[in-house]
Amino acid sequence: MLETRYRAARALPLATLPRPAASGASVSVRPAGAESRFSLRARLGGGAPTLAGLPLDAPINTVGTDGEVWIARLGPDEWLVGGPEADADLLQGRIHEALAGLPHALVDVSHRNVGIDVSGRQAAAVFNAGCPLDLSETAFPPGSATRTLLGKAEIVLIRAAAAPLYRVECWRSFSTYVHGFLNEAVFGAEGAVAP
Amino acid sequence: MLLIACPHCGKRPETEFRCGGQAHIARPADPMTVDDGAWSEHLFVRANPKGVHAERWCHVHGCGRWFNALRDTISDRFIETYPMGAKPTQFPQSETRA
Amino acid sequence: MAQPFRLSRGGRIDRTRPIVFAFNGKPVHGFAGDTVASALLANGIHLVGRSFKYHRPRGILSHGPDEPSALLSVDRGPGRIDPNNRASVVEARSGLRTTSQNHWPSLEFDVGAVNDLLSPVFVAGFYYKTFMWPRKFWDKVYEPFIRAAAGLGKAPTVADPDRYANRHAHCDVLVVGAGPAGLAAALAAARTGKRVILADEGAEPGGSLLHDTTSQIDGRPAADWLAETLAELDARENVILLPRTTAFGYYNHNHVAMTERVTDHLTSAAGQAPRERLWQVRAEQVVLAGGAHERPLVFADNDRPGILLAESVRVFLNRYGVAPGRRLVFATCGASAYQAALDARAAGLDVTLVDLRLEADCGPELAQLRSAGAEVLTGHTVIGSKGRKRVTGLVVAPVGSDGRCGGRRLLACDCVGMSGGWTPAVHLFSQSRGKLRYDDAIDAFVPNISAQAERSAGAARGTYDLAACVNEGFSAGAAAAGSDERQEVRATPTLTGFQPVRIMPTDANPTKVRAFVDYQNDVTAKDIKLAVREGFQSIEHVKRYTTTGMATDQGKTSNMNALGIVAGQLDKALPAVGTTTFRPPYTPVTFGALVGPARHALFDPIRTTPIHEWAEAHGALFENVALWRRAWYFPKAGEDLHAAVARECKAVREGVGIFDASTLGKIEIVGRDAAEFMNRLYINPWTKLAPGRCRYGLMLKEDGYILDDGVVARVSDECFHVTTTTGGAARVLAHMEDYLQTEWPELEVFLTSTTEQWAVIALQGPKARDVIAPLVDGIDLSPEAFPHMAMRSGTICGVPTRLFRVSFTGELGFEINVPSDHARAVWEAVFAAGRAHGITPYGTETMHVLRAEKGYIIVGQETDGTVTPDDVGMAGMIPKAKGDFVGKRSLARPDVVASGRKQLVGLMTDDPKLVLDEGAQIVADTGQPIPMRMLGHVTSSYWSANCGRSIALALVEGGRERAGGHLHVTTPDGFTRVTVCEPVFFDTKGERINA
Repeated sequence: MLETRYRAARALPLATLPRPAASGASVSVRPAGAESRFSLRARLGGGAPTLAGLPLDAPINTVGTDGEVWIARLGPDEWLVGGPEADADLLQGRIHEALAGLPHALVDVSHRNVGIDVSGRQAAAVFNAGCPLDLSETAFPPGSATRTLLGKAEIVLIRAAAAPLYRVECWRSFSTYVHGFLNEAVFGAEGAVAP
Repeated sequence: MLLIACPHCGKRPETEFRCGGQAHIARPADPMTVDDGAWSEHLFVRANPKGVHAERWCHVHGCGRWFNALRDTISDRFIETYPMGAKPTQFPQSETRA
Repeated sequence: MAQPFRLSRGGRIDRTRPIVFAFNGKPVHGFAGDTVASALLANGIHLVGRSFKYHRPRGILSHGPDEPSALLSVDRGPGRIDPNNRASVVEARSGLRTTSQNHWPSLEFDVGAVNDLLSPVFVAGFYYKTFMWPRKFWDKVYEPFIRAAAGLGKAPTVADPDRYANRHAHCDVLVVGAGPAGLAAALAAARTGKRVILADEGAEPGGSLLHDTTSQIDGRPAADWLAETLAELDARENVILLPRTTAFGYYNHNHVAMTERVTDHLTSAAGQAPRERLWQVRAEQVVLAGGAHERPLVFADNDRPGILLAESVRVFLNRYGVAPGRRLVFATCGASAYQAALDARAAGLDVTLVDLRLEADCGPELAQLRSAGAEVLTGHTVIGSKGRKRVTGLVVAPVGSDGRCGGRRLLACDCVGMSGGWTPAVHLFSQSRGKLRYDDAIDAFVPNISAQAERSAGAARGTYDLAACVNEGFSAGAAAAGSDERQEVRATPTLTGFQPVRIMPTDANPTKVRAFVDYQNDVTAKDIKLAVREGFQSIEHVKRYTTTGMATDQGKTSNMNALGIVAGQLDKALPAVGTTTFRPPYTPVTFGALVGPARHALFDPIRTTPIHEWAEAHGALFENVALWRRAWYFPKAGEDLHAAVARECKAVREGVGIFDASTLGKIEIVGRDAAEFMNRLYINPWTKLAPGRCRYGLMLKEDGYILDDGVVARVSDECFHVTTTTGGAARVLAHMEDYLQTEWPELEVFLTSTTEQWAVIALQGPKARDVIAPLVDGIDLSPEAFPHMAMRSGTICGVPTRLFRVSFTGELGFEINVPSDHARAVWEAVFAAGRAHGITPYGTETMHVLRAEKGYIIVGQETDGTVTPDDVGMAGMIPKAKGDFVGKRSLARPDVVASGRKQLVGLMTDDPKLVLDEGAQIVADTGQPIPMRMLGHVTSSYWSANCGRSIALALVEGGRERAGGHLHVTTPDGFTRVTVCEPVFFDTKGERINA
């Protein structure tokens, strides 16, 4: 039975919240489902391997996605890779294959990280309740991703697509705080229109 | 709140960083050959200049990388930030030890 | 509904929307668009408060943020009470309850006013002079008296029910102040397409244009220019226009903090909108266009209700359609008050103007006002005022250039508008560390050298002419946006002539005259002179001694007059005296705005493990460990802490206990040089540790003192699974990254935090193996195949696990690492399987007791940042031949190798029932004189159910040599005797762990 449970469902920390999804008139905050994620550390040297068609030597603080797998480059030798839950083993294999011969470390952090999706016209304003970065279209365009802060929690903020849709990744035990902070920020941001 | 130019991420707010004190204090290659006086100097003695100061900073809530910075302790102006292992391109009057 | 002083027309109030609010319990009628001050004046109410020290009747001095006197308590409903609100900036609306402050029993009759008669006693430095002796009076008499007298309003007594929001924002150009200069600046910057934020503290942007009914810009009324400019700004997507937003702090690197008052002005706040929003703006460039504050004139009894600033009279007339009186006298030393007088005449009021300047020194304003039918007395000074709760007359006299006064004349009036010139609002500029320059022509300090990327424009830099303000603002805005665009509007010339004056010449005895400089603190010109005579020469000292320029208004109306008087007394030029330091906030800021959302659950992240809800459901009490909330103990019905912990402790040693160790820090260390990296960071050797084996690791700082500890498993040749203390996880990872990046970048090693990837279920006790055996696949659990300090990978309940055979209890034990999202299911399965073996959940308290019975240290409890491996008896872990590692050199430092260091020992009390206090001091001889020589302190102390007695660990000077000897430990009741022993109390041979 437990075997089945392991394959079927993870007990996600935000799944038991009374009001997991909050939405105002112009923004919605929604915990993401179970996904696989890997922290990739590597020294690229001269080579520029690709993964899911995405080059690993993309600029720091950018994210690429093929629709399923996303790769956020968070630092010179650090990437956060996400993909569907079911493809975890496959993804792991593909990354090792892509980096064969290069010094690297691939660590499964699927359960360390929790994702929350924030979408809507006021999404950037909601983050700016606690994130001190410039999230304007020019400063943080689609394709941006970075580690930063939201209030007192560290987050990774990912903006893969052109739509006003942001993914927050935070550590598991911070997810209640981050989720609560975003929900509170919905109240605080509505009515303030970004330029 | 200071605005600090991370060599990898560009200008970011101070809260994303951690200051690591005076820069360019190399750990002796073989500490066991260093005498007590020099070792205590290495451990405990730091410059506290009024003016340009070379400091270590870590973009801990960003790319996680350590780097160096020249900061004017009077105006809090950052004159330059540069990667670990590099030297600053500018050498204004500095009271800090290399 | 009567508003006897409301003009029949004019003003920007909405006469179709009447409002009513309460002032001291009585209804006050007004219109939407009124401030509390304008509505009070419309109803003829001038007496609105009592002064701080003398309890003198005070009225409304100003129309703006500089108001020093009219401070009201504002009640917006249950829990929503704010003291010390300036009536001049609180927007009037129905439902508000306002009350005056600092009087008893009533505003009209105030017993404290006796202080006014005693004023010769309350001189500058009164407190310092009076409350000096006798010394013993301080606690019982003086301090309670001062506390009772201090402050004006009453602090709210219940938690603030409102919501406060925070907002970080970025822009290319931030413009502070939406008067003519600020609007023009925003317009110029906006037209370049750059991102612009325009913030203004008023309810309506426009600044002086909101009450300037006579000026024209480019041939059309100034109000038209205002409307068009606002419309253009409003239409631009790249502009955020923030009314009701006060920029109050200018910090490093163009970081400007502003509060936006979102809902206070609304009768029914929209939904759950925040009351205020704190804007933290990071601007590439800042344009400061905050205008200027008018100065009062310093003459005897210049503080009576009904005496206002001249420009404020004009504002009440033109913006609010309110006559502050019917018979007005203006007193001035400059031209600007003439405009107020002209506007008052135009409103049909009786006007007399007294100008200190001689006829020949006046400009065209003189003829203008005379032709409007007002009497103008040039070359006249103001000797004093008449009246008590309302001004009834002004005593004036001609004054020659020699300062001699001629015959007095009483001008009957019910309102005075005074003008002593203008002070540019350089507050934000100065906060930005910009350097000021004294400008003789306008007798004021103006911005000179910028320290940050900012520029000032308009009255904020001493430019008072309307056209000049607009044009200067436009240029400043354009330049801030990187453009050299200019605009040259033409406008009606502004009346700007001015002759500075410090104290109005008088024929009265100057030692008897009370001419107020600082209204809020009741500081008179006499007080300031006295302070200088008593030797206070620095303006900063004068400020603190006299309290001039302190409190909520920070001397906006008073500072220049105070400086001038000090300069005169010292016979120095004004720039030589300098200004006091301008510090944030510019105007008072609510605590709520600063706190923002960081309240209740959002005050700090509360970190919980995947097992947390299970522990809650099973009655656990929790304790805070760093940000974590950990299960402390699991009391059964009727059990207290001690009973529960005693039961849990015995259960582990006799059967099996289950413990949530998920908060342990975990770091995956991967790479070709992983073992070498470990060798350099820990005192222990790692090269020969075989994959699948574990080792207890101790980590030092470079100074040789213990930083952290934890069990490390070698997963493979190039992979270590490191654990750290709960509180040390982030610190250890940062420490490792620092050395890796900055000292040994050549090492091929990568560090990843896996603290939250793995939840850890600790199963401890002789029956632990029996419990998990049926659940584990792929791992041979036999003692031979899986000895103590080993790690195996396999599955438990079908979930992949890194299974550690380790123990922090001294018993057979396992730590089951499973991915966090599966931990709850595995925990429940293990717990169910353990039922047959009497499995007992235990918390951190039992964990602490069990490890103390074995003498295992806890970093941060047995260590305090000054403890070496040898101090805790672990020097033997360092191999003789081990090369360099962090902290090694320091272990040879003279003070570290010196004898007599404090060492970890066990203590046993003579009375086995007595549990020592942790932190209690230890001495050798209780007969020695005080101060006694302390030998150390108790680090851990518990009742041990397993030992049947109390146990304690301690750091004691030369402790190991004292084994078997006696020492004495402080208790609340005196000393108690203890015996020093080895720091291990249970299973001293350590056999149980290998079961």
